[in-house]
Amino acid sequence: MPIWHKVATLEEIPALGSRVVVTGQGNIALFRTADGAVFALHDKCPHKGGPLSQGIVHGSKVTCPLHGWSIQLEDGQAVAPDKGCARVVPCKVENGEVLLEVV
Amino acid sequence: MKKMKLVMVGNGMAGVRTLEELLKLVPEMYDITVFGAEPYPNYNRIMLSPVLAGEQQIQDIILNDLDWYAQHNITLHLNKKVVRINRPRKIVYAEDGTMAEYDRLLLATGSSPFILPVPGKELEGVIGYRDIHDTNAMIDAAGKYKHAVIIGGGLLGLEAANGLALRGMDVTVVHLMPWLMERQLDQDSARMLQASLENKGLKFLLERQTQELVGNEQGRVSAIRFKDGNEIPADLVVMAVGIRPNTALAESAGIHCNRGIVVNDTMQTYDPSIYAVGECVSHRGTAYGLVAPLFDMGKVCANHLARMGIARYQGSVTSTKLKVTGIDLFSAGDFTGNEKTEDIVLHDAAGGVYKKLVLQDDKLVGAVMYGDTKDGSWYFQMIRDGKNVAEIRDHLLFGQSHLGNTGHQGQSSAATMPDEMEVCGCNGVCKGTIVKAIKEQGLFTLDEVRKHTKASASCGSCTGLCEQILASTLGGAYAPQTSTAKPMCGCTELTHEEVRKAIREEKLLSIPQAMQFLNWTTPNGCASCRPALNYYLICAWPHEVKDDPQSRFINERAHANIQKDGTFSVVPRMYGGITSPDQLRRIADVADKYHIPTVKVTGGQRIDLFGVKKEDLPKVWADLAMPSGFAYGKSLRTVKTCVGSEWCRFGVQNSTQMGIDIELAFDRMWTPHKLKIAVSGCPRNCAEASIKDVGVIGVDSGWEIYVGGNGGIKTEVAQFLVKVKTHDEVLEYTGAFTQLYREEARYLDRTVHYIERVGLDHVKRHVVQDAANRKDLYARLLYALEGARDPWAKENINPREFAALTI
Repeated sequence: MPIWHKVATLEEIPALGSRVVVTGQGNIALFRTADGAVFALHDKCPHKGGPLSQGIVHGSKVTCPLHGWSIQLEDGQAVAPDKGCARVVPCKVENGEVLLEVV
Repeated sequence: MKKMKLVMVGNGMAGVRTLEELLKLVPEMYDITVFGAEPYPNYNRIMLSPVLAGEQQIQDIILNDLDWYAQHNITLHLNKKVVRINRPRKIVYAEDGTMAEYDRLLLATGSSPFILPVPGKELEGVIGYRDIHDTNAMIDAAGKYKHAVIIGGGLLGLEAANGLALRGMDVTVVHLMPWLMERQLDQDSARMLQASLENKGLKFLLERQTQELVGNEQGRVSAIRFKDGNEIPADLVVMAVGIRPNTALAESAGIHCNRGIVVNDTMQTYDPSIYAVGECVSHRGTAYGLVAPLFDMGKVCANHLARMGIARYQGSVTSTKLKVTGIDLFSAGDFTGNEKTEDIVLHDAAGGVYKKLVLQDDKLVGAVMYGDTKDGSWYFQMIRDGKNVAEIRDHLLFGQSHLGNTGHQGQSSAATMPDEMEVCGCNGVCKGTIVKAIKEQGLFTLDEVRKHTKASASCGSCTGLCEQILASTLGGAYAPQTSTAKPMCGCTELTHEEVRKAIREEKLLSIPQAMQFLNWTTPNGCASCRPALNYYLICAWPHEVKDDPQSRFINERAHANIQKDGTFSVVPRMYGGITSPDQLRRIADVADKYHIPTVKVTGGQRIDLFGVKKEDLPKVWADLAMPSGFAYGKSLRTVKTCVGSEWCRFGVQNSTQMGIDIELAFDRMWTPHKLKIAVSGCPRNCAEASIKDVGVIGVDSGWEIYVGGNGGIKTEVAQFLVKVKTHDEVLEYTGAFTQLYREEARYLDRTVHYIERVGLDHVKRHVVQDAANRKDLYARLLYALEGARDPWAKENINPREFAALTI
């Protein structure tokens, strides 16, 4: 059964920045955009597994630090012409708290 | 608000490129309607020659399929020729009565082949060479007939001749002028071209004027007769004697035309609601027939249709490449010369190499090359930039030496490379893959090749090769990148220089402020402009601008180097490469305590600890109790030294102490790219100072300072800047040069690229000749470095950056 877990407050993630959540199923990257939206992806670039959490966040995308692929935060899809997908983790912000849906 | 209506007449490459540029700028501004006289969506006309030669199929050369028009809500009328424009009521009418209203009209009617007005021109089997229809007619004829005659020995004519010969026809090229491609080649190079085409089986009749085309009883052409009375058999006649802009529609609407629809620098015709682009226009008296200028026009036109109103088209210098497999030929600019120009010529008839450069007032104005064209784009760039070549004149003809470029087996000529040979050693991309992508994806620029294939997208050492492959695949459509006026990134039209100027002059103090003032097109930039802006701001306004960690690459945010598995490596400072038993003990203890798997001595004489977990970094730094070595940053890396006069029996200067003092003086300095320095104590140069950004070499009477060296992808020997006597002078000159580089270089340009762009003379003027300026530069650097903090010190660490969250 998937359940929602509180993992951070919104303030704990810098704007245009990210944090890593360590879980039993590997690391999850939390991203916060300039307008305060929060997204979560498995912390693995579809290209060569680079840690997306360490990339530069711009608009609603993150650029992987290893080889510069850009990944869309909403759906985890690589920006064309690159092809690939990082797995999305359901995520929401309630009363300034960030919640993740993890099995 | 109701959308404006944009109607485009003509569905070719120039027009559709304009729409693409427009949709990029303002996707919602217009309802767009397109009329095309051909039954096909936009296709790559340049690739008709490979289709004719049997190397590609029609469906491979479609650039925008019908889905593309649908996706962008473009109403497309194919097979409908527009015959009338009602300007007062702003309506266009097609032949079949279809009509469309417009607020803005874009004429992209292209051109038609010029048909010689000779008797017999209307016979069956007499065609121009322009579109898919003509190409199919030629392919069809090749299957049924034997003798083909091409009238016109220009670019298009020779490509048609080659294609028909490959399809098994007996081909003769008839040309009015004394040599082939007289608009692109001089006589010597044209002779060499003719000889190699003759080896491929083509026949040539030069200085022949066509009198008449003779028909048979079925009304098909059977022979061609010349003014001199001679006659040769011809079952197919292709006229490739030039193109005429299609202006009939514009003229009938009363729009001013003069060998083309006359437009101004904004691509506007004499009717302010009507714009025109492509081969149908006449701009400053010139009509262009190659694709590269047409794309430039499209960009400008889109900018004005989007009501941004800042771009101007100021004409293009064009270059030519012939798309005939196995023939390397390049020409650009004014290569015929006049009484004011000088030629530099290399002519090796037996070796099949010919190069001619035309110079005027120490600037390159034209180039023709045959056989060895690898430096074509380098010359072309210099022609466009109007670069002064006096300094390099003596070896200009031998090209931009690619010797020392690593990663592709020293190959420097694309034409001789087999398809399976690796071009890009970083990403493992072969020549065949690149050619395929160019043809199938319709790529035109180096940037597009990088995006789609990754070739030359990493270290960039194969950029020249990729450009050659692009040029030989595209021929005349190839547009080399302009290094001078390139926008910073996709988020802005402004160049690095324009952005830096605005930051200085308008005193912009933050990234959001700069983006707003400079009309950035993205809300918060991208991974390439944000780090650049952050650096430019800090460099222009030290102590006033607040650093933005979120705009720094992870290495500069975590003060360590990210590795392929997501762990980090740590390099502590050891000034001048000098360490102590105490430091080494601590390093050993840290390696044990944190289970550091690899300890390595670096190329810059420091110790690197690999495999450190991010959350351990602050603890590792605390236990090391050594300053950050900045091995991760666009910053001063290391000052490498030899032992020097203190120990060495040859040393004439104390290079170790000099190195320590330089590293201490400029520690914690941010630069446009990494900066490496070395100091050698005698000319034997054991510190390898001649391949460093700044190399200092001790001689008996003082120190020589060299700048712009590089030991990486392309080995570059540093150039001599100045010789000084004292220790303090070394610091002052080194600091002044570094500050000049900091203030003027583009982000991610090494010193070698910076000096290549501005010239060593510029550097000498500012650093060597002008003493007051040198002192100012040095003072500005010292001011910027005042109070710079060690990012590894406990009080400067942001714990949030390193701590992970848990569930």
